[in-house]
Amino acid sequence: MTRHIDIRKNTYLDSVSLMSMSTKANAVEGVTQALLGMATPMNKEVLANVGVDDPAIDAARPSDLMIVIDAADDLVEDAISAVNDILARKNTSADGAAEARYRTLDGAFTEVPDSNLVLISVNGAFAAREARKALVAGKHVMIFSDNVSVEDEIELKNLAHDRGLLLMGPDCGTAIINGTGLAFSNAVRRGSIGIVGASGTGSQEISVRVHDFGGGVSQLIGTGGRDLSAEVGGRMMVDGIEALAADPGTEVIVVVSKPPAEEVADKVLGVLGATGKPVVVCFLGSPRTESGYPNVQLVPGTKPAALAAVLATGVDESTLDLHALNIPLIEEVRAKLAPEQKYVRGLFCGGTLCDEAMFAALATYDNVYSNIQKDPAYVLGATDASKEHTFLDMGDDDFTDGRPHPMIDPSLRLQRLVQEADDPEVGVIAMDFILGFGSHEDPVGVTVPAIEEAKARAAARGQHLEILGYVLGTDLDTPAIAGQVAQLEAAGVTIASSSTNLGLLAREFVAKGDHR
Amino acid sequence: MSITSLFSTGLKPVNLGLDMFAEDLTAQGVEPVRMDWTPPGGGDPETIAALGRLERPEVAERIEAANEEAVGRVLAAQPFLEGFGRAIDTVPGMTRTTILHAGPPIGWERMSGPMKGAVTGALVFEGLARDLDEAGELAGSGEITFSPCHEHQSVGSMAGVTSASMWVHKVTNRTHGNTAYTNLSEQLSKILRFGANDQSVIDRLSWMRDVLGPILAAAMELNEGGLDLRLLLSQALHMGDEAHNRNVAGTTLLIQALAPYILETDFTTKEKREVFDFVASSDYFSGPTWMVTAKAAMDAAAGIENSTVVTAMCRNGVDFGVRVSGTGDQWFTGPAQQVVGPMFAGYTEADSGLDMGDSAITETFGIGGFAMAAAPAIVALVGGTVQDAMGYSRTMNAITTTNNPNVTIPALDFMGVPTGIDVRKVIETGILPLINTAIAHKDPGIGMIGAGIVHPPLEAFQQAIVTLADTIGA
Repeated sequence: MTRHIDIRKNTYLDSVSLMSMSTKANAVEGVTQALLGMATPMNKEVLANVGVDDPAIDAARPSDLMIVIDAADDLVEDAISAVNDILARKNTSADGAAEARYRTLDGAFTEVPDSNLVLISVNGAFAAREARKALVAGKHVMIFSDNVSVEDEIELKNLAHDRGLLLMGPDCGTAIINGTGLAFSNAVRRGSIGIVGASGTGSQEISVRVHDFGGGVSQLIGTGGRDLSAEVGGRMMVDGIEALAADPGTEVIVVVSKPPAEEVADKVLGVLGATGKPVVVCFLGSPRTESGYPNVQLVPGTKPAALAAVLATGVDESTLDLHALNIPLIEEVRAKLAPEQKYVRGLFCGGTLCDEAMFAALATYDNVYSNIQKDPAYVLGATDASKEHTFLDMGDDDFTDGRPHPMIDPSLRLQRLVQEADDPEVGVIAMDFILGFGSHEDPVGVTVPAIEEAKARAAARGQHLEILGYVLGTDLDTPAIAGQVAQLEAAGVTIASSSTNLGLLAREFVAKGDHR
Repeated sequence: MSITSLFSTGLKPVNLGLDMFAEDLTAQGVEPVRMDWTPPGGGDPETIAALGRLERPEVAERIEAANEEAVGRVLAAQPFLEGFGRAIDTVPGMTRTTILHAGPPIGWERMSGPMKGAVTGALVFEGLARDLDEAGELAGSGEITFSPCHEHQSVGSMAGVTSASMWVHKVTNRTHGNTAYTNLSEQLSKILRFGANDQSVIDRLSWMRDVLGPILAAAMELNEGGLDLRLLLSQALHMGDEAHNRNVAGTTLLIQALAPYILETDFTTKEKREVFDFVASSDYFSGPTWMVTAKAAMDAAAGIENSTVVTAMCRNGVDFGVRVSGTGDQWFTGPAQQVVGPMFAGYTEADSGLDMGDSAITETFGIGGFAMAAAPAIVALVGGTVQDAMGYSRTMNAITTTNNPNVTIPALDFMGVPTGIDVRKVIETGILPLINTAIAHKDPGIGMIGAGIVHPPLEAFQQAIVTLADTIGA
């Protein structure tokens, strides 16, 4: 075994590209371990943790690229050259691109003065500064990056408000502006329903359900998950609502969020009440049922939200396929499960989808564990074993630390799926598959082998393991939903027609008739 | 543009970050503006905070005004060659036991191999030591004053070693009245400034002291109007020089301008012939002349309060030093880097000394690496294509304040050379100035072994931005 360490001074590659290159580099023949990363303190620590220790690494600066290759002695030269090719390819595509690229936002704005929105997905430590520049230049901003301080968020949102600009985020995963999807988003029809969402996959889900009910989306404005906290006070939410209220293309407004801080909820509802437009509000998991305003309807889930919005545009309910819960199916699945198969395990990419399924379970069961549980007694960490009913948001920080989001890289979820299948008390494994811009190119295809393995393990001990899948996507997405659903069905997976139904079906499948 | 008006306008997004988002936008028929972004300041939080303080509108306004003044002076400077004199008689602060050197301050112990070679050679040349061993002892004894050329209105190529009896150019910026100095080219290869110091080197220095210097000085005494060096320089760029690594045209123009006066001096024909043969022996003869031209212009821009324009970049073979207008004489330093480029036969990178010399004053002014596009003939020397050369010069626009209309590059539609390196822009873009330079052998006594390109260390600019933020942005 030979270790090759190469530090390239002043060479910058973004972390996602590096992770994808690392994956390729590790697949090179003869390579036992290849590590590519910028020499940030965190990445150095990662190297130290796997026993890579070298003065050259200690001396490297955050602007330097670190390349570590462990390979069999006789193959190391070939491996280095193969890894160099992988790194070079990025350069070729960047240099070979016909379009101009700009080093700074100011440079881009000077050359392309009609640019009007900046989508920022650089490391969070640098995102606020770039956002400030964009706002000062009069550009709308969407910050996909997380790890931006709440102080910066408030300052940026105040600046945006003063200038009448959007500041979506930080940690804003989705938006659709003028029919164009930004970051993680689905291809949906344009229409008259405007969405403002503090939860990314919740917004995606509502846009997809609206599309499925034949409606369309005028604008989808993301606010970032912290916007409705007491500190940030719904700054972007309020501006977004007012923009949709003034937008002639928007007839109905939908708001989706986890439960806001109480005073923020009151403020947001007040603003919604004043819009004069029909409004549907989904504060997932909130006990509120009355808004106090005649034009503002509170609904408990994403599917009811989409349905209410589509109906508010004047569609006749009798013309819609409502995808009611399939009661015979529930009976059928219950019959297949052994008495000891009492629990649901939910493995989610989408935070809101996890939330919605968890709240459905909590409506019936007390013993619901999760990494996003509010009750500390029921909180599980990323490395904890699952317990009774467990719902994991694998896109949450404790799972994504140092690795890509499961919507891009499903490997961790695949391992977990097979692991859960070994628990004989598990009756149902519920999973979401998120299609659309930004997501994995074939999330179902990459999961099918693990699904088959999970089912085989249960079968080996004489159990039927029910795998329940929900594909968040539309016929217009790439890949389209139909092909993904067909692959799941071929693998023996039961399909839920919405996020809401996924939670309800999972809960009901394991109900033994003795629950409250 | 308000949010509602965005809804009725075509979306024109800028994608700053993940390329896959740009690809998704393209797939939706909305072509995004793509960025080639790197974290500012090399990702260092203190540096970014300092940059942020200088970006506050009220601070930025003061800086813009100061920088305009600074580059205005550079553009207006008119360096004229007024004559030649012995260092002891002309250079401010020069003494019999002073050795000027290139780069930021450095003591004998820390000097690089080639600089030590040059120092010991100079001490022998000056008669202060009998041989190199004795010179080494003397250099370490504390009796010799070491001082950077830049602290004496001077610049020095490579080791920059300048001693009392060496002859120097006297160049006055007639617009602002300041004068700058630099010694004479020893021509290329096995010479003192590259660390060589055997008898052939000492003999050449003696001849330069006894024949070349006096003839050039006498010639310039006959030329009462002086020589307009900026004019010669700008002609040289139009003839394919970048005036750091290629000086074919500049040397021809300079000797053409000097020749009539040399002929009129009282020296013998044999001596005059020796001078012409010496000049013809290397295209580099005018190299120091363009360095001192740049120095005379850049010194005029020094010491302007609130200015973030770089007024000097130089290296001593160990440290790279930067001076900034708004912080006056203060040095910001980082480690000198390895020069990358072709080597003379028989040498490898392992033989090369680190970046050395005050010649980066040319890049500070806007020529040299910044004017690569003017010198397609030497792109091979810097390992690139003609296209790369064009790109180098254009890229330097991203870190400079303006373009010099008096010194232009024909192949870039007569774009003025990029002028006035702005510390803020270097930090923000992560683009480091490009320097064309020569490579000295790492050991004393050998000389030049190649040439190539090099960048300053980012650290020097990081220090500068933090100090600027503390002074200007306080």
